[in-house]
Formats: sequence, structure tokens, C-alpha cells
Amino acid sequence: MTTTDLPRVDAAPSPEEPTTWTGKIRALWMRELPPEKMLPETQPKYVSSWIYVFGMLTIVSLIVIIVTGIVLTIGGVQWWHTSSFGHYMNSLHFWSVQMFFLFMTVHLWGKFWMSAWRGRRAMTWITGAIAMIMSIATAFTGYLIQTNFNSQWIAFESKDVLNSVGMGALINVTDFGQMVLMHVALLPLCVGVIVVMHVLLVRYRGVVPPAEAIDHAHTVAITEVAS
Amino acid sequence: MIGIAALDHPADYFTWGIWSISAPNLILFAILVLLFVGALLLPFPKGGEHK
Repeated sequence: MTTTDLPRVDAAPSPEEPTTWTGKIRALWMRELPPEKMLPETQPKYVSSWIYVFGMLTIVSLIVIIVTGIVLTIGGVQWWHTSSFGHYMNSLHFWSVQMFFLFMTVHLWGKFWMSAWRGRRAMTWITGAIAMIMSIATAFTGYLIQTNFNSQWIAFESKDVLNSVGMGALINVTDFGQMVLMHVALLPLCVGVIVVMHVLLVRYRGVVPPAEAIDHAHTVAITEVAS
Repeated sequence: MIGIAALDHPADYFTWGIWSISAPNLILFAILVLLFVGALLLPFPKGGEHK
């Protein structure tokens, strides 16, 4: 045996270098999204605009939706018909959904005309679009489980729509139990996961700068190189 | 305004040629546009340090 057959001392993993899958995930997370990047204390100057507020307003609305939804779930799907507190919670749940979609629409317009998918932010845009589509499905099932004439009307109108596109066998909008479970379990879970992904991507890639900021920075860089 | 807000009768509709929109949807759309334009034009309050 020659000395070259012995394992090299410097090839051994350093104490800081993780060898387990949990350690590797932690190292990857700390490298790509360290705490100061995930929960920053400052933002670029261009974020000082009302148009940048609407994403957060949408999340705040979502939090109110989730909290009031949990209270309604504890009470039961028909509790709000006979309880004044339940009626109040139901109204809060309904109006926070209206605010959620209002703020999300302005957020969408702002990001669309800002071309917010610039700078490798395509996945941020895509997760936002999926979150909106999932939210529409969640709101739709919410309308179906109001247990009133409005929900009956919506169910019997929409069943024709779903049947016409071949989805009636999979999603039966007149099946109250299926719609309740989709509204309080499956769809909120999907919305929650996709919104968390969306927010993490915003933190990872950073808030998209306005096009003018990029142009200005480019002009300054060219001027500095030329001088 | 009370007539527009009342929910016990069908909504009023505005029609221009092939285009038709209910009064509640038109009001909602106007609020959205106002919010969007306001968000672009209204000054943001100063506060805190920004880099």
C-alpha cells in the first residue's frame, strides 16, 4: 500500500459541511434564503408606493378569511343562520373575501403593467396566477355551501356548465358534502401552499423594480464606465 | 343609491350596443380603477429608513 491509497485528510467533510439530508436542506435554505433575506428590515426606495401595498393587503384579507372560516367551521355550516354571532362571522367571512379579490385584482393589474415577471421572476408570476385560479374555485365552493336559495340557484346553474365540459362526474356541485369538504379542506390547503410559495419566491427574487429604476441604473452604469 | 343597493330585485343594467353590464359590476369596476389610479398617483407617507 502506498501513501496515495490512504484517504486524504483534507478530503474529509468539515464540521460545517452537512452530510445528512436534513443538514443539506438546512444549508441550502440558509444559503438561498437566509433569515435577513426572508424577513428583511429594509426595502428598496421604489417600494415606497401604494401600488406595492396591495400584495400585503391581499394576504391580510386572506388571514381574516382563514380565521373567520375556522370559527364558522367550528360552529357548523348552518350555525350562522340561527346565531347573531355566527351571522356576524359569516358576514366578516364574506366581506373579507370581497376585499381579498378586490386587492388581488389591483395587485394583478399593478404587476401586469410592471411586467413583474422580469428578472427571472416567471415562477413568482405563475404561482400568483395559480393562486388566483385556486381562490376563484375556493370562493365558488363557498357560494355553494351558503345553505340558502342563492347557493341552490348557483349549484343548479353551474352543474350544467361543469357537465358541458365533462367534469360533472368528478365534481358534483349539488353534492353538499363534497362541496363542504372541498371548501374547508382541500382548496384552502391548495391556496395556502401556493400563496406560501408565492411569498417565498418574492423574498427569494426580491420585489420587482419599476422599469424606470432599471433604465436609470443602466444609464448610471454606462455613464460611470464612459467617464 | 338605495335602489342600486337593494338585493330583493334584479340589478339595473347599462347597455351600449353589444356591451351590457349590471350596475353593481360597473360600480365595482369603477372602485377598482379608482384604487389602481390612486395607488399610482397618491403620495406615499414618508417614514423609516430606506436603502
